[in-house]
Amino acid sequence: MNFNFKHEWIETNIGLMAVLTMLAISVGGLVEIAPLFFIDKTIEKVEGVRPYTPLEQRGRDIYIREGCYTCHSQMIRPFRDEKLRYGHYSLAAESQYDHPFQWGSKRTGPDLARVGGKYSNEWHVQHLIAPRSMVPESVMPNYPWLMSPLDISDVAGRMKALRKVGVPYSLTQAEYEANVTKFGETVAKQLHIPDAQKNLVEQANFGNYDGDRSGISEMDALVAYLQVLGTMVDFSKYSDDAFVSDR
Amino acid sequence: MAASTSYSGVEQYNFDIVKKFSVMALVWAVIGMFVGVYIASELAWPFLNFDSPYFSFGRFRPVHTTSVIFGFGGSALFATSYYVVQRTCQTRLISDGMASFTFWGWQAVILLAGLSYLGGYSQGREYAEMEWPIDLLIEVVWVTYLILFVGTIMRRKQPHIYVANWFYLAFILATALLHTFNNLAMPVDLFSMKSYSLFAGTQDAMTQWWYGHNAVGFFLTAAFLGMMYYFVPKQAGRPIYSYRLSIVHFWALGFMYMWVGAHHLHWTALPDWTSSLAAAFSILLLMPSWGGMINGIMTLSGAWDKLRTDPVMRFMIVALSFYGMSTFEGPMMSLKEVNALSHYTDWTVGHVHSGALGWVAMISFGSLYHMMPKLWDTKVYSQKLVEWHFWLATIGIVLYIVAMWISGITQGLMWRAFDEFGNLQYSFVESVAAMMPFYAMRAIGGMFFLSGAVLMTYNMFMTIRQGKREAAALEAKLAAKMAHA
Repeated sequence: MNFNFKHEWIETNIGLMAVLTMLAISVGGLVEIAPLFFIDKTIEKVEGVRPYTPLEQRGRDIYIREGCYTCHSQMIRPFRDEKLRYGHYSLAAESQYDHPFQWGSKRTGPDLARVGGKYSNEWHVQHLIAPRSMVPESVMPNYPWLMSPLDISDVAGRMKALRKVGVPYSLTQAEYEANVTKFGETVAKQLHIPDAQKNLVEQANFGNYDGDRSGISEMDALVAYLQVLGTMVDFSKYSDDAFVSDR
Repeated sequence: MAASTSYSGVEQYNFDIVKKFSVMALVWAVIGMFVGVYIASELAWPFLNFDSPYFSFGRFRPVHTTSVIFGFGGSALFATSYYVVQRTCQTRLISDGMASFTFWGWQAVILLAGLSYLGGYSQGREYAEMEWPIDLLIEVVWVTYLILFVGTIMRRKQPHIYVANWFYLAFILATALLHTFNNLAMPVDLFSMKSYSLFAGTQDAMTQWWYGHNAVGFFLTAAFLGMMYYFVPKQAGRPIYSYRLSIVHFWALGFMYMWVGAHHLHWTALPDWTSSLAAAFSILLLMPSWGGMINGIMTLSGAWDKLRTDPVMRFMIVALSFYGMSTFEGPMMSLKEVNALSHYTDWTVGHVHSGALGWVAMISFGSLYHMMPKLWDTKVYSQKLVEWHFWLATIGIVLYIVAMWISGITQGLMWRAFDEFGNLQYSFVESVAAMMPFYAMRAIGGMFFLSGAVLMTYNMFMTIRQGKREAAALEAKLAAKMAHA
């Protein structure tokens, strides 16, 4: 049989052209994205990474609302200078509960993947309200409106949505107990959706992140989030090349 | 066929929809570029954030990207694709109602997106910041667009589908695919604008940059190649240089682009195999990209003198030159060693703009200068202003990308510099302070480009007015003749 292909067939048949185009453009994504869900090594096995507490998650919502990712990355690369400046390179495991990821693409300001614990709460509050009062050369906008009250009415709803996309927040007793096994009792309590509001208020009052005890502000939530970034994994427990084989 | 022989008062083509989208392309260009200049100025002079959530860089930046990419670029693509598909198929769009729906739907998308960002609603995904209700509206508009476009091609009077339409088709299909998968999200509830992405961390990053780079590959490249394949030969009065080349680079481009997104994630927590694969395809992609550039530029062979006499032709050829330049720069930046320096810096921003201003905007300006006078059946109001626009735009681009090259490479080098004791030589904020002159220079480059776009908008406004006057005068003449007879 003589199969004599002519491109003309495609050029004169819109259905065929559409199907072939669809095939051509589908391959790349299938090959590069689909395996990431199945290859075990994609997410390193590491201790300590947990979902955000209700207060931290609300802080993360504010981080996204203000578009912080347009100037700050959360992804440290395995280079000597980045290790000195920011700390251990970021693991995939560390953003496994991040819906959406906030790795960013631009460092107009410094990377924030391990900003947690580097500065005091007071520093963050002052810096967010008026960055140039702390760092004169900074070009960051002032965020005075973050001192306004935090809306906590739908925090449980937000956690329920996150639960639906796979974050292990618990609704039932069985889920709660699974979390106790996986994360320990202290963390599991924070992940229990029915107690979301109570947990949020407690953490904000106890932490008093914004330095103002009169109420819970958006600043409380955002600073709580910033202070937990990059602190979940204790890298002193792992050798320097523990994660090399996963790369 | 009855339709072609009987004239029932319905015009042969639906140019009304093309006119509407053309005008909105210019409106969004001016708005989007103004916001661009504004946020560029915020980085040089941060007081411009005015302590207000509505002007702060983080919320304002997606307003810029959405209104230039989807407002200006999108409207220019709707306009030209509706024009090209009707002209090359010699048939009217299959439905005026659907066409009209895509117009109002799309304008609503851009407007709602911009307002929602200012209100703090964002998915936090670059170039896909729209929250779920707007995403759904996009989906409906886009499917309508697909049906309208393919339906019109099915009614063509020519057996062959012209090459420009292949590229428009690939763009419509790819955008549908990318938009759908990148925006899978769970809303907090039906009455909440807030949603959470279906994927997390690494998988989410990969999906986003598969989308992000192919928004460049299909929305900002394949589609504008479609534009190029119609308007360059038309303006040059020459056929496309190579038919074979257009076939080869069409399939190669469509296939390869979808692999390269992960080069945005070099050295990150994405597994190495994925980003290495993406880098390999990025380098291969140079060839089909340059295939398109060569096919466009060589179409002018034998008519090179037009570059001296025809400013519209000059827009198109400079666009193709910038296309060639940025599709060389891109593969280079996707090499891991280069990317280690360039990533997270202004170099990326400069690269995007050499493509966006140099290629996308310049080819759109050229095509609109060709098409809009024809739509209103007149000539361009002022050739002189077209000349001015060309030079303002070109100088603006050069200022912009040179500023970003210098600042980007400076940042990259300062971040990795060590002193003689092996400590970091610079604190981060020293690199921020070093950027100030280049951020100012970039803002000035943007102002040049914006002022060119304003001149064009004025020129086209006057062209439309002139066209309407001429049509009215002609009608009056005809009416007078009829009265005498």
